[in-house]
Amino acid sequence: MGAMSTTDEAEQIAPAAAGGPPMTFDGDQVVFELDDLSCYYGDFRAVREISLQVPKNKITALIGPSGCGKSTLLRSFNRMNDLVDTAHITGSVRYHGVDLYADGVDPVEVRRRIGMVFQKPNPFPKSIYDNVAFGPRIAGYRGNMDELVEQSLRRAAIWDEVKDKLKSPGTALSGGQQQRLCIARAIAVEPDVILMDEPCSALDPIATLKIEELMRELRENYTIVIVTHNMQQAARASNFTAFLTMGEDRAGYLVEMAATEELFTRPANRITEDYITGRFG
Amino acid sequence: MAAQSEALSARDLVARRLQGGGSDWRSWVLEGALLLSLLVAIGILFVLVSDVLMKAFPVLVERPLDFLTSTVSARAERAGIIQAIIGSVTITLIVAALAIPIGVGAAIYLEEYARDSRLSRFIRTNIRNLAGVPAIVYGLLGLAVFSTALGLGSVLLAGGLTLAVLVLPIVVITTSEALIAVPTSIREAAFGVGATRWETIRSHVLPYAAPGIFTGTILSLGRAFGETAPLLMVGAIAGTFSFVGAPWEQLGEGYTTLPTIVYHWAGYPQAEFRALGAAAIVVLLGVILLVNATAIVLRNRYDRKW
Repeated sequence: MGAMSTTDEAEQIAPAAAGGPPMTFDGDQVVFELDDLSCYYGDFRAVREISLQVPKNKITALIGPSGCGKSTLLRSFNRMNDLVDTAHITGSVRYHGVDLYADGVDPVEVRRRIGMVFQKPNPFPKSIYDNVAFGPRIAGYRGNMDELVEQSLRRAAIWDEVKDKLKSPGTALSGGQQQRLCIARAIAVEPDVILMDEPCSALDPIATLKIEELMRELRENYTIVIVTHNMQQAARASNFTAFLTMGEDRAGYLVEMAATEELFTRPANRITEDYITGRFG
Repeated sequence: MAAQSEALSARDLVARRLQGGGSDWRSWVLEGALLLSLLVAIGILFVLVSDVLMKAFPVLVERPLDFLTSTVSARAERAGIIQAIIGSVTITLIVAALAIPIGVGAAIYLEEYARDSRLSRFIRTNIRNLAGVPAIVYGLLGLAVFSTALGLGSVLLAGGLTLAVLVLPIVVITTSEALIAVPTSIREAAFGVGATRWETIRSHVLPYAAPGIFTGTILSLGRAFGETAPLLMVGAIAGTFSFVGAPWEQLGEGYTTLPTIVYHWAGYPQAEFRALGAAAIVVLLGVILLVNATAIVLRNRYDRKW
């Protein structure tokens, strides 16, 4: 389950992509397809004309310097940007072929299928149990809630640490545990995709490794898109990496996307090379 | 040898610096001035309260129960405040029933639903301005709208409606502030698992903001309980009347309240009535202290550490 095997898989499904953008995948492997996506806050364009594809059951990392629009881009995947009054987009985000920004698409339903884990662990100020059960409850889950909670906590690799204190507040856990609780909360609604916005930036190295290990396990069942400014993390944990940077107009744009191994060893673009070798950013 | 003496003198120097703080007279003066202002504030309060207590002493000792249960009367030895208590409590209930749901609802709409537009900013600013409008202006409004235009006349309901309008902006502002204090991350977490806006508000935002909302609304009820001037405009009776009934029977009747009766009695030349006024003040202060204490207890109970 190391970098070697992920590269093999990447090459199997995307032989044509080796060498540089645009990177494409077989139709049924594509979860997200962005076409000429620009994101704006009011008049300010934060993300400029991005076209890329995100493959199924893989971990796709978005890397790039601070302020290059990685988080904004990620939040356009589940319409989280809708919460900002001034945010709007041009271009399209297709999810299994459906335009997420088309008329009649319910953002609530979008977010139920496309879960999110945030930069700072944000458990609800409620019990561990209620943190996990909230999503299924509002979704009208009719099955055995105790089982679902246990299963979600197990899949998030935190069950053993919390099984004896499900009634105690989620906020009393350590930062790393809180983040795994948030992952359990996200997978409890059985989403298809999990978006992670720098999930380890507030965690210590050991907690970070646990989350990365967890991501590799979750990949079996979920498509994961992770924003990180930690290049080692992208190199360790992801199958594909998209590198963004900021243009002179301060809008983030996609420089290249490739299999992670490829991008870190043979970047097609000079800017990518400068960034991953630490010459800027 | 030379090095050692240098080291010693360096140590002396540090010791002198560390210990030599005694000549900072400015901070002493400042501290003294601050202490003095505290003493003045507490002193004034103490003088006021003890003056009221001493004046009220005869009434409170000789006929405490009789004073609480008698109606207003032209004869001081018979006069009591039962109508004022009923009036004040009923008005506060009317205010609670109207101003809290409308005010909290308006704040939820403003903070959670309304887009940040020029109009919403205009409304926000003006709600703040409304909270600063002098109470007597609300009295005029109540007289013009409730008593005259709606034809209610000088009745308890008109008084309650007027005070509800008076505290409405305060309820909106305190609720808004409690809602603004809820971290965005909580909202994002709820939206992130597919909650609708209302599910997010009901399950997470409101519980989180509840202590602040409770405190604000209860303090605004305390404000309504102690308000005098606008009620004089909408007919709180400052004379003698005999009607006593249950609160719901009083809605369409003449009424009086604790602060208005205090105002009324304070204008009498006889010392006996001033004693009655002082006793009514003691009751009023007691109720307001109780209300504020309730606000604090509720806040502490719901203010869990997140």
